[in-house]
Amino acid sequence: MFDIFLLEAVINGVLLGGVLALLALGLNLVFGVIDVVWICYAELVMVGMYTIWWLFVHYGVPLPIAIAAAIALVSLCGVALHQLVIRPVLGTPPINQLLVTGGVLFFMQAAATLAFGVEFRNLGLRMPIVEVSDMFFSFARILAFGTALVGVLVLWLFLTRTYLGTAIRAISQDREIMPLMGVDPRKIYLTTSAIGGGMAGVAASLLALQYDVHPAIGLSFGPITFMICVLGGLGNMAGGFIAAFVFAQFISVGGFYFQIEWGYVLAFAFFIVMMFVKPQGLFSR
Amino acid sequence: MTGETMLEVRGVSAGYGGFRALFDVSLEVKPGEAVAVIGPNGAGKTTLLRVISKLIAASAGEIRMEGTSLGSVPPDKVVELGIAHVPENRRLFPRLTVEENLRMGAYAPSARARYRERLDFVYELFPRMRERRNQLAGTMSGGEQQMCAIGRALMSGPKLLLMDEPSAGLAPVIVQQVFKLVERIRAEGYTVLIVEQNVQQVLRVVDRAYLLEVGTIRLSGRSEELLASDEIRQSYLGL
Ligand SMILES: Nc1ncnc2c1ncn2[C@@H]1O[C@H](COP(=O)(O)OP(=O)(O)O)[C@@H](O)[C@H]1O
Ligand SMILES: [Mg+2]
Repeated sequence: MFDIFLLEAVINGVLLGGVLALLALGLNLVFGVIDVVWICYAELVMVGMYTIWWLFVHYGVPLPIAIAAAIALVSLCGVALHQLVIRPVLGTPPINQLLVTGGVLFFMQAAATLAFGVEFRNLGLRMPIVEVSDMFFSFARILAFGTALVGVLVLWLFLTRTYLGTAIRAISQDREIMPLMGVDPRKIYLTTSAIGGGMAGVAASLLALQYDVHPAIGLSFGPITFMICVLGGLGNMAGGFIAAFVFAQFISVGGFYFQIEWGYVLAFAFFIVMMFVKPQGLFSR
Repeated sequence: MTGETMLEVRGVSAGYGGFRALFDVSLEVKPGEAVAVIGPNGAGKTTLLRVISKLIAASAGEIRMEGTSLGSVPPDKVVELGIAHVPENRRLFPRLTVEENLRMGAYAPSARARYRERLDFVYELFPRMRERRNQLAGTMSGGEQQMCAIGRALMSGPKLLLMDEPSAGLAPVIVQQVFKLVERIRAEGYTVLIVEQNVQQVLRVVDRAYLLEVGTIRLSGRSEELLASDEIRQSYLGL
């Protein structure tokens, strides 16, 4: 039997999948190239959301400019994270890398609480609802989905069509011989960190349109972003892209049949089962 | 410029941590020459090429390319002086396509401007690579991978080609083809410094050779002289 509400839930799941895919992409790129997991990735997203809120609400900066500034700032944060935190622990056991980036996570949460308090902040925008033959969709979600797809496409073109993008893919396959190609590995790592940060900034601007920002917002998006990356095979960008849509369907359709919280429970349960069945991810390299 | 010399290695020592693999090694390569470094496994041949490309630092001595000292040149700028290195075991990027591997060879800013022209040249030299340009490099046979690795080095438009055991790990028929390739590269006007354990065959395609043993140059001379020398015949040709 055709159920229009189910169809609405599925389409909402696809829209959510686009944003999750974008979130996962930056984390996956950094892991695939530098072999380090940015545990504090969702906190970079938080920095972007606060930047937009602060510029737009406090200083009345036009939204597009606030968004551009946030993307630039988060990109710089990615570079700083690499230079100050990651570089000293490159080549040390992975547990050290997890601990330092985990430390950055708590530092950023605490810093955000000090700077902005624990209140939930929002942009105060009223985004229209779009009605398509008796189904209702949030315009913010449609916008986020479209932007996420464009972001994914631009990144893909960059990685496959340019010298720099090709070097970013090559370095994870053989770092040692990169100088023979005329490539300075340190520059590639910095560029990758800037792009990874930039992706977090783009995700921040899409999320800021839909959600309130608060110091613990990273906990809402961080775990699911990691699970998507792991399910897709850490470092496998195509795998992460598909996994994002799988997760989004669990959340959206599961939420439709039960409650929205149950959607997350189902998604996480699916993840745990998959880790037993295929621990290296659905699409391991 | 020191007159006729293209590459000059003078009194170079190098190693890994506390371990020394090269002791006071000197050699030179003149423009248009093909020179081999032969020697047993573990002699330091690969280390020598790595030092020339600055993948590892020399602890003593000096290296000059066309008179320019490499001392202060960063590793990623060596290729712009006209030195291209085909590393041991080929070291292609296995999950990039053949053409993407070739693109990596043209990464240096000076090489990008002439990418198309050199790509056509490499495809003319190795028509097989044109056929396989969209194939992942790691899925090709050893001989094809060697062509791709040489092609990648040529994409930078080098004057001097460093080759590290291009025949290693290949079937005997393919080994023959690889040495034919070396001759063709020479005929195209490239200067070649090649490292080999396949002594008999490499001495047929080069002008001169150095014998490296335990990190020291033991012997050097023209190929015919070395092929005739007792030391080489007994130790390396099994005659
Ligand atoms: N990465 C490395 N770390 C430590 N020792 C090395 C390394 N590479 C080579 N060696 C040592 O240096 C010596 C010379 O090695 P190498 O230059 O690879 O010789 P060849 O190429 O002539 O077989 C050998 O004793 C080898 O064990
Ligand atoms: Mg060797």
